[in-house]
Amino acid sequence: MSRRDRLSGNEAVANAIRQINPDVIAAFPITPSTEIPQYVSLFKAEGKIDTEFVTVESEHSAISATAGAEAAGVRAMTATSSAGFALMHEMLYVVASDRLPVVMAVVNRALTGPININNDHSDSMGSRDCGWMQLYSENAQEAYDNMLMAHRIAEDPEVLLPIMICQDGFITSHAVENIVLEDDETAKAFVGEYKPEHFLLNPGKPVAYGPYGVSPYYMELKRTQTEAMNHAAAVIQKVSKAYGDLTGRYYDLIERYRMDDAELACVCIGSSAGTGKAAVDVLREQGIKAGLVKIRAFRPFPGDEIADALKHVEAVAIMDKTDSFSGNGGPLGAEVRSALYQHKCKAETINYVYGLGGRDVRVEDFYQIFRQLEDIADGEEAPAWRYIGVRER
Amino acid sequence: MSNTIEIRWHGRGGQGAKTASLLLADVAFTQGMYVQGFPEYGPERMGAPITAYNRLSHTPLRIHSNIYTPDIVVVVDETLIGPVDVTAGLKEGGALIVNSRRAPEEVRAEFPGYTGRLYIIDAKSVSLRNIGRNMPNTPLLSTVVKVSGIMEAEAFFENMRGSFAHKFASKPEVLEGNMKAIREAWEEVVTA
Repeated sequence: MSRRDRLSGNEAVANAIRQINPDVIAAFPITPSTEIPQYVSLFKAEGKIDTEFVTVESEHSAISATAGAEAAGVRAMTATSSAGFALMHEMLYVVASDRLPVVMAVVNRALTGPININNDHSDSMGSRDCGWMQLYSENAQEAYDNMLMAHRIAEDPEVLLPIMICQDGFITSHAVENIVLEDDETAKAFVGEYKPEHFLLNPGKPVAYGPYGVSPYYMELKRTQTEAMNHAAAVIQKVSKAYGDLTGRYYDLIERYRMDDAELACVCIGSSAGTGKAAVDVLREQGIKAGLVKIRAFRPFPGDEIADALKHVEAVAIMDKTDSFSGNGGPLGAEVRSALYQHKCKAETINYVYGLGGRDVRVEDFYQIFRQLEDIADGEEAPAWRYIGVRER
Repeated sequence: MSNTIEIRWHGRGGQGAKTASLLLADVAFTQGMYVQGFPEYGPERMGAPITAYNRLSHTPLRIHSNIYTPDIVVVVDETLIGPVDVTAGLKEGGALIVNSRRAPEEVRAEFPGYTGRLYIIDAKSVSLRNIGRNMPNTPLLSTVVKVSGIMEAEAFFENMRGSFAHKFASKPEVLEGNMKAIREAWEEVVTA
């Protein structure tokens, strides 16, 4: 039996971890993800999990200990945000290239300069090319659901890649909302046991992790990582379908909201998608054919699905909650445009950088974006990218 | 969205405005409502102005932004009136609740342009009398529930007895004080 409750996003993820009962968690506290290991250590103290909880001296050590445990042959997890995430950057590549199906809870927070504890996506977007899968969550429910699906996706023999389950710092991590939790037995049965084929502490079948990759082999190893990522999309869909059949909550690589006959659309990631949907509903009542595409999987990047969703759209706004400082917009803008070009889509595009460092994103911001899209669809020239919600002269 | 009640709390760090918003979310949840309770986070310091929010609805809540046009504003600390534009965006037909021991007309005079509903509750005295400490959020919660009309008095008291019993399991002696505080606040709120 599932159970209705009201939890913050961090409580939701911590409860998923309690149900998963991983063998090892190594974590170092950093706002706004601190509560996750904090609740997990409480579950440990209360005897609700038998996880080995390793307190380490930095995030570099947290991900290193997690990698070591996973390589040894057990389920290992960690959680982090912002500067802690950045400190892991080097090791994220090691985990991915060692094909360790580590699961990490990421509570997205801006990177420093100036220091800021609030939400944007600059932390995980900064490591978008490290070889991890990335799933983003709109609310506490999705953070919980994505976490329960994470191990089956990562540990699938066709994939064997690490995955980060992201949610927006404070906006969902610290907001109490309604949520449906699956009962422990159902959740545990869905997640299943971890039975790795290769692992370090297996003297009968010795393997090496992290050897030197000489030039004659390095590129082929990188190619196999891409091959694994190529398999990941179908595995995410397969696991999501099984989860939907179990819980009634279905997910895909992207979510199409009122896109069937949409002429104008926004593409965005995370909690702002809900705010955008509310705006779409109001605009629809006014006769404006608005729609929204929410990116759930950013890695693997669902270029085909995005292009398909946008194939009949006249104008699309691609929204980046991070800045690339490229002079050419943000990462989602670049990748969505690339997919649209590849699929010969005719939609006009504009890329918005928004919500940096916790700048609030309002329904009115979406109205403004859709007004701009109407003008673009009517032939108005617009810049390739711009900001919204910023004060400038 | 017309069936969504939006509430904005103005307090100072350490006064329990965030806790009050989470308690209110809890209470509304037990009524089968969809709820959001969240504070606005920043570099928090004791005594600094803080804002917390609630959305309560009978349909699922999707908007994840702060609240700019609240139905109800709660002023936990009246010294914020002036330094903070507490009535900013308050909806026509909305309600303003102020924690104050001053006379209603004196509080009303603080809001020269405001003609809407104004409720005064001396939450400090109610809590000092019944809980023995200045814990304004418990009486204020009672006032917000009454003004918002999300539930009837007896159902609310019954509900709070349950959550206090859980919360104060290790110190049952404070349960009755808290119960008296919410009952008194329900009765003592005055319209200015």
